[in-house]
Amino acid sequence: MRMTTTDEDLATQAACGDGAAFGVLLDRHYDRLFAFCFRLTGSRAEAEDLTQDICTALPTKLRSYQGRARVTTWLYRVAVNAAHDRRRKQATYARATSGWGTWEIGRVADIAEDADKSDWLTNAMGTLTDDLRDTLALILDDATHAQAAEVLGVSEGTISWRISEAKKRLKAHRKQEDTQ
Amino acid sequence: MTDDFDDLKSTMNAAAPAPDAARRQANLARAQKNFDSLQGSTQQARPTSENRATALLTGVKTMLKTLTSRGGLTATTALVACGFLFLTPVGQDFRRKPAPILGASELEDSRNLDAEIATAPDGTTTALNNGVMASAEIAFEFADTRASNGFVQHELGFGLGALAAPMPFSADTANMAIANTDSFANATANAVKIAADEPVSTFSIDVDTVSYSIVRSHLNAGSLPPSDAVRVEELINYFPYDYAGPAAGQGPFRPTVSVMPTPWNADTQLVHIAIQGEKPAIDDRPPLNLVFLIDTSGSMAQPDKLPLLKQSFRLMLDNLSPQDQVAIVEYAGSAGEVLTPTAASDRTTILQAINSLGAGGSTNGQGGLEQAYAVAEGMAADGDVSRVILATDGDFNVGLNDPDALKDFIADKRDSGTYLSVLGFGRGNLDDATMQALAQNGNGQAAYIDDLSEAQKVLVDQLSGALFPIANDVKIQVEFNPATVAEYRLIGYETRSLRREDFNNDAVDAGELGAGHSVTAIYEVTPVGSAAILSDPLRYGTSDTVEGSVELGFLKLRFKAPGKSQSQLIETPISADLTITSEAQFAAAIAGFGQLLRGSDYLGDWAYDDAITLANAHRGDDAFGYRTQAVQLMRLAQSLSEE
Repeated sequence: MRMTTTDEDLATQAACGDGAAFGVLLDRHYDRLFAFCFRLTGSRAEAEDLTQDICTALPTKLRSYQGRARVTTWLYRVAVNAAHDRRRKQATYARATSGWGTWEIGRVADIAEDADKSDWLTNAMGTLTDDLRDTLALILDDATHAQAAEVLGVSEGTISWRISEAKKRLKAHRKQEDTQ
Repeated sequence: MTDDFDDLKSTMNAAAPAPDAARRQANLARAQKNFDSLQGSTQQARPTSENRATALLTGVKTMLKTLTSRGGLTATTALVACGFLFLTPVGQDFRRKPAPILGASELEDSRNLDAEIATAPDGTTTALNNGVMASAEIAFEFADTRASNGFVQHELGFGLGALAAPMPFSADTANMAIANTDSFANATANAVKIAADEPVSTFSIDVDTVSYSIVRSHLNAGSLPPSDAVRVEELINYFPYDYAGPAAGQGPFRPTVSVMPTPWNADTQLVHIAIQGEKPAIDDRPPLNLVFLIDTSGSMAQPDKLPLLKQSFRLMLDNLSPQDQVAIVEYAGSAGEVLTPTAASDRTTILQAINSLGAGGSTNGQGGLEQAYAVAEGMAADGDVSRVILATDGDFNVGLNDPDALKDFIADKRDSGTYLSVLGFGRGNLDDATMQALAQNGNGQAAYIDDLSEAQKVLVDQLSGALFPIANDVKIQVEFNPATVAEYRLIGYETRSLRREDFNNDAVDAGELGAGHSVTAIYEVTPVGSAAILSDPLRYGTSDTVEGSVELGFLKLRFKAPGKSQSQLIETPISADLTITSEAQFAAAIAGFGQLLRGSDYLGDWAYDDAITLANAHRGDDAFGYRTQAVQLMRLAQSLSEE
């Protein structure tokens, strides 16, 4: 029965306190969410952590879901915001690591792990600014320009511009790689 | 290009790993658990608002018990900060006014923070993380500012520094704010040149007015301007002059040269070079494509910045014609198009877009410029004039590691035919040097808007000059006749000097002249045999003087018609006959005023009261009251210099 219920209905029920609805909804979207997190971060380890952050916070987040947006759009927004938080957190922690010895050790380990996996993909994504990367991740995830604009809170023109900008930089990156 | 994109897409799809099954299960379970515990706290929270704090505490306890990861650690710290936000007066302040104080990229998030707290007030981990991180970063910002500048201004303190978790609360944190980091572009005042040694003087015209506004704003605030903030030619060119314009079909502008006695030295003369651009034909002007590129970084929140900018643009909007197009791009941490190209007649849409601008975020000038130029290029049609109008407090502090790269970018765009104007706003953050460099390289002009009447002057009274170029790369070269002129000195134009060989080199950029603009340049020359000659003749030098000519020199002007790459030449001899006009005398008074402010050595005992007398005598019609204002400023400077 539940499987035929729409995302939006599930979300509304979950927002009203229906735990089972919440479980079904998250189960339905988990894989897609993870894939999107991977696009946002470009690394499996980062994606796992980001997905965990989102799952942890999702119950409270869900309360602000008012049924106006599609669940997928809403989830995109939650994920992009969570990714922002993570990036900023990392920047701040990096500057204040003296008080966070264990965290620093973990971070260094993460970096080593990531370095092993560095390939064309992570390199290419790494050349982009966060804005461009978020936008690109959405478009690669088959979101429409309009949807991406809604998620990121900018105009569609800006999305188009960012995509062309991202393409330009990827091209430059490819060229640079070819000459090496 | 598409290949790369498709490449990335397929790589991405191939590379996207399946989620780890164990993590998946754990995450789902964690989410479910949080969901359930949250339901408990909701039920507790509902009956009265008083219980909300208790519910929050329950939430904290539950979270403490269930979460052990570093995410949990952060979350609990965040919840404590959240309590601080909601339960203390300072915290409430923080919620109300997060924007003006944040200097860097967390600005955008602090807006989210406000919004998220408003919709989900019971404490969400992500929203609260924002709070903690934002305040922690503020601490860093403040520590940096304080360490490097050593002094603070008071008007911006909101008590936010106190929120930063690692810093102890103290009274002075409340007063911390951005330090005054105005920087100015100028060079040492031009020295006296010996005409026999160096007969040729070359420079580019300058129609910027930034320096006058800065001087005014300093004097009105009760202090003498720093001498580097004074560019004498910008003071002189701030005023409209009633010079004779070109007759129809006689080129875009007309030069007039006159020679008059120097007010501050009886033994020298002033060579006054005036250029008057043709008056704009208002009715049949080409359509304008304007892209407003607006800095909405956090530092723009002060009343004399973004709010003044909005008012200024409203004034300007009334003066555009219906076929003009307007687009707005804002730049803070990232660039974004706020208003797609819209006909100027659609006032409501444009006004709404202007009003929707809010300050927040750090500044990424280059990203914004790239997008603004892209928009301008998209709008351009044949015969249109496209111009990017950059409004900023001059701070390009993110994404610009290399000012030369930015200049190159703009110089490159200049060749595409899009002009750039720079409007400076506000004090304390103004990077005059960058603004100058941008406007000079971008075929445009820089103006500094310090109040609404200045906005009126730049964007209404002189709108056509500001927006319609009639001559590009205008260069002036004067060759002095050593037979009549012993020494000469160019007053001002220090930042605009060109090499002698640059004059004929069309690849070298120079200043632009707008419709109706007038430009004035003044040389102080010492005639041969005058008592005022500063340098002694050489004992071993040659003394062959050119006989025959009584001209003081020869004036050459080069300019390009807009859109052309080949320059045209105008030549005229400088006659030694003295002609005294009221307009030239006023310009001389302002030149003297500027040199007094710079602390020039060449004025003898000529002082502010002499400048005031001279300027008062030649105020003319002064339809807009600019000259009257100048006299008031001279009086202010006189009082301040006597302190």
